[in-house]
Amino acid sequence: MTDKNQNGPSRRAFLTGAGAAAAGTLAGGASAQADPAIAIHPWMQELGDGVDAAPYGMPSPHEADVKRRTVEWLTADPVSSINFTPLHDLDGTITPNGLCFERHHSGVARVDPAQHRLMIHGLVDKPLVLTMEDLKRFPRQNHVYFLECAANSGMEWRGSQLNGCQFTHGMIHNVMYTGVPLRLVLEEAGIKPEGKWLLAEGADAAAMTRSIPMEKALDDCLVAFKMNGEALRPEQGYPVRLVVPGWEGNMWVKWLRRLEVGDQPWHHREETSKYTDLLADGVARRFTWEMDAKSVITSPSPQAPITHGPGPTVLTGLAWSGRGTIPRVDVTIDGGITWHEARMDGPSTPKALHRFYYDFEWDGKPLLLQSRAHDSTGYVQPTKNALREIRGENSIYHNNGIQTWAVDADGKAENVEIS
Amino acid sequence: MSRFLKFALLASAMASPVAAEPLGLGRAATPEEIALWDIDVRPDGLGLPAGSGDVMTGDKIYTEKCSACHGVFGEGTGRWPVLAGGQGSLSDARPVKTIGSYWPYLSTVYDYVNRAMPFGNAQSLTHDEVYAITAYLLYLNDEVDEDFVLSSDNFAEARLPNEEAFKPDDRAEVEFAAFKEEPCMTECKPSVEITMRAAVLDVTPEETAAKAAAKAEEAQAAEPTPEAPTAEAPAVEVAEAPAADPALIKAGEKVFRKCKSCHQIGAKAKNRVGPVLNGIVDGPAGAVEDFRYSKPMAAAAEAGLVWTESELSAFLGNPKGYMKGTKMSFPGVRKEEDIAALIAYLRDASE
Repeated sequence: MTDKNQNGPSRRAFLTGAGAAAAGTLAGGASAQADPAIAIHPWMQELGDGVDAAPYGMPSPHEADVKRRTVEWLTADPVSSINFTPLHDLDGTITPNGLCFERHHSGVARVDPAQHRLMIHGLVDKPLVLTMEDLKRFPRQNHVYFLECAANSGMEWRGSQLNGCQFTHGMIHNVMYTGVPLRLVLEEAGIKPEGKWLLAEGADAAAMTRSIPMEKALDDCLVAFKMNGEALRPEQGYPVRLVVPGWEGNMWVKWLRRLEVGDQPWHHREETSKYTDLLADGVARRFTWEMDAKSVITSPSPQAPITHGPGPTVLTGLAWSGRGTIPRVDVTIDGGITWHEARMDGPSTPKALHRFYYDFEWDGKPLLLQSRAHDSTGYVQPTKNALREIRGENSIYHNNGIQTWAVDADGKAENVEIS
Repeated sequence: MSRFLKFALLASAMASPVAAEPLGLGRAATPEEIALWDIDVRPDGLGLPAGSGDVMTGDKIYTEKCSACHGVFGEGTGRWPVLAGGQGSLSDARPVKTIGSYWPYLSTVYDYVNRAMPFGNAQSLTHDEVYAITAYLLYLNDEVDEDFVLSSDNFAEARLPNEEAFKPDDRAEVEFAAFKEEPCMTECKPSVEITMRAAVLDVTPEETAAKAAAKAEEAQAAEPTPEAPTAEAPAVEVAEAPAADPALIKAGEKVFRKCKSCHQIGAKAKNRVGPVLNGIVDGPAGAVEDFRYSKPMAAAAEAGLVWTESELSAFLGNPKGYMKGTKMSFPGVRKEEDIAALIAYLRDASE
């Protein structure tokens, strides 16, 4: 206490005596009050936890608000539902494992890895059964890929609906996978020449199935067992999932238990009734696997308002494409009258999230924020209205239109659409 | 070998993937193992097992095992999938996508019912039951008459009306030209107006950072301080509740997984297909607000039925035997120790 008492007056004396120049940079009256953060805090005096207090470390309790969230009214039941990655709270490009959004059709399968098998059969020379131990003896690779649900932004087809990029764009995550090229696993069984399609099936109670063309299966798919270096989380398919880079998330079958080679697609529920894109004329597109180039400003955004007032402001967001890399993102703060090339930062690899920044001086006036991704094939992210002109409003899936946030003079942001 | 020939070989090896040397990992899958897991069915009939089922049988099975979620006429309860109707609605503002209006192939119905239904008890139906349910779903969609029998022999003849209304992904042809133009960067439009706001609909989940913080503050303020006069409250003799057995509760939580597709319990529980179960043990039957009970359950409630452990045990062991006409389409918990565990869990999770 004596120390504090001695420090207090001397600090005030310094501040008041430091002249008008220093005081002038502070908000009116602030110079007279001590900053309570400049103090001797308990953590400066008391001993903290020793090692092993948390053998598996968790975020600071001050970060408790950084979590996945669901939208309850979307689905009938939480075991066949979705929650969303808190994109507005994250930076960089890698999604922490515990924050990767979840989508299950019959809940999280509780798989015992010792009792898990991967069966490969159908049009193959030698039908196989692999244990997890067998899988880990194939040569493996590491790749960072985004996984986006085809229904990401699906609630926005008819107009702005959800206030927060977590809800409008949070059915996406981006992690480093460790796994075996699917090609090696299939070649171990020997694909017959007429084998043109692959059926992947999960071990959950939905027995999730998707048909995958052999060309993709042999190209860049992985049979993955690690994410960001550690075992897959149960909700992401522990102990093993399929990775289908750049293609819609539903195909990345979790809890992968079976691969069947066939000569034609199976047309199962998730590629007929669901994950087909109904157009305005009543005709539906099927097998719309690739994810189009897309971007979103993650801050400022409705859940991440500007709280600091006018002055230097960091605008940031994410961009991605299922067809390659993102060499360029354009940003506007005036609703699209003038655009600026954003600064790309961090690694740029195909079919992975990219981070962009636009650092600007906010004048305190209302803003209309948008971002527009360009991918390495020359595709430019379209407006929502451009998409609607071609597809109507009933597609549910593959909404990659440009997102607008309106920021008011207080820095609060809202999901809007503009002319 | 000439250089040209080498190149040609390499090119052909790249075009049609030639198997790498196998590593000799894993073991051969036996035909029996494959048969157990290989349940998929294709539109051409590949994978379809021998069997048959008629509409009337399908009606019975559907009413018992499917209607609680999908509705008696396939209309769907709550947000559960609608299975019937919607024909001709696909180009409407609000299309109704059902088996009859949207699904292209009947094989998909058989395959999906067989692999994933009933919800929470997948792969429990016999082949004939799946045929019967599939036949009944055709009937609900006005595709067949009530005397229709679906079998492995006539399956290939069955066609769904919307089969032709699907086309392959044509984004590259239809969209790419327009979406690959160099966009405008300056003076792109004279002015800009907001045309729609999410706040108008206001369907965003309530909880936000600010609200969470406010709640935390409230909770702190509401917490009784150590000095609070709780000790001064008049001492009331409370009947000693049976000591909770954590192992039993834990076991009961596992058993409860069977119930979870229809019931919720705990502070955030809401009515689903079945009512919220908070306070069910030793509580009055049919007492959850806003839940539409079956007639017999409402009558039993009226008559003053209380879910004592013994009554609840009898109900859980055989719901339809205990109460004919209950909406609870659940076959029952077989083992007595599972019922005891479940009741312990229901008691604990209500608190």
